[in-house]
Amino acid sequence: MCLGIPGEVIEFLPDQPDLARVSVSGVKRVINVGLLAGEQLQPGDWVLIHVGFALSKIDEAEAAAALEFLEGIGQAYEDELAALAESRIE
Amino acid sequence: MRFVDEFRDAEKARALSARITALCEPGRQYKLMEVCGGHTHTIYKHGLEDYLPEQITLVHGPGCPVCVIPMGRVDDAMALASEPDVIMTSFGDMMRVPGSNGSFFDAKARGTDIRMVYSPLDSLKIARQNTDKRVVFMAIGFETTAPSTAMTVLRAAAEGLDNFSIFCNHVTIIPAIKAILDSPDLRLDGFIGPGHVSTVIGCRPYEFIARDYGKPVVVAGFEPLDILQSIYLLMLQLSRGEAAVENQYSRVVPWDGNAVALRAIGQTMELRPYFEWRGLGFISHSALKVRAEYERFDAEKLFSVPGVRVADPKACQCGEVLKGVLKPWECKVFGTACTPETPIGTCMVSPEGACAAYYNYGRLTRHRVKEASAS
Repeated sequence: MCLGIPGEVIEFLPDQPDLARVSVSGVKRVINVGLLAGEQLQPGDWVLIHVGFALSKIDEAEAAAALEFLEGIGQAYEDELAALAESRIE
Repeated sequence: MRFVDEFRDAEKARALSARITALCEPGRQYKLMEVCGGHTHTIYKHGLEDYLPEQITLVHGPGCPVCVIPMGRVDDAMALASEPDVIMTSFGDMMRVPGSNGSFFDAKARGTDIRMVYSPLDSLKIARQNTDKRVVFMAIGFETTAPSTAMTVLRAAAEGLDNFSIFCNHVTIIPAIKAILDSPDLRLDGFIGPGHVSTVIGCRPYEFIARDYGKPVVVAGFEPLDILQSIYLLMLQLSRGEAAVENQYSRVVPWDGNAVALRAIGQTMELRPYFEWRGLGFISHSALKVRAEYERFDAEKLFSVPGVRVADPKACQCGEVLKGVLKPWECKVFGTACTPETPIGTCMVSPEGACAAYYNYGRLTRHRVKEASAS
């Protein structure tokens, strides 16, 4: 839950500017980007995601490091990914 | 993964280790607390204590959101879940936390409608799809998750949903740190500040620790080298007799935090006069409740919540572990009656809990070796 997981912004949902489709370790899901309103996010940007909300914009190196850290954690990250895969934010 | 090497380089770790050792004053013992459970996890996983001189002890702090929920609140949540037409929704981490009558998982097995969600927004969706039900979200966590709950409440309000509410158990990290600083049990020399919480609150809220208590704080990232570098920065301050707040994790943490997130919290929630923390007891102004303007989303207003205080199981010493007074393995039931599969205490439930982290990586630290040989 408290894990910040890195995701790459793919696109913004047409009618809902607060929502974006992101890719997290190959899992594509919709998250809320309203907390980064001032950051002018673009497709291709990386964000750290907490419970369905992007909380910070990060660079690609940080995303890779965070991902490696999470993959090293093992079960907890798999659980988080499984939970994300079940998520259907709209 | 060329990017990652710069955070993992063993050579760099050894160099930092040597510089840290060189800063230790002969005969002085240093106790540094890592506040965040994510840091605890990294420390055990990578055996970082082995890189530190014996004079430095890392003390594991209370920054594990699941670990600090008192048993009474779990029982309250169970009572809410048992109300007619209620669907209780919860993060996975919370599902195994024991109350006095078992966990959410146990209640679910008994037929109570409790659903695991990834995000509070998933809970909102369940509410939209089940208009004949009352959906309650078990809101837990520090400032890392509070903005998500806040944004969800704002969304529910904008949509005019009338069957969604939250059972608010959000806690705030600063009063817990203050309680630890004021506790006579423990003398700390400095703090490794939490990374993700600080993306929201920024670094300024820690300034009182340096100013009023004269202790340095370094907000740290989660990689092994981040933590070693933060320890180095703390030791540098201590060696110079300084106390300031530094941000080692500036690549993610803005000094002023996230204004949008703070505004969302402030708009929907306010501080409770006091809140019980597992192990730390009642701490004033340490938790959030739903503001009166949004009380139609407040499960504590919509339902009657028993609010009975429940003592922790006698054998459980999570309180001492959370305060950093005991190391996980010093607890009487650690690894025997209490394991991640059958947790008695919360510290064994969450992967961020000190006991679970220690149990999973099973490291024989130098402290433990020393203690074992002394006994």
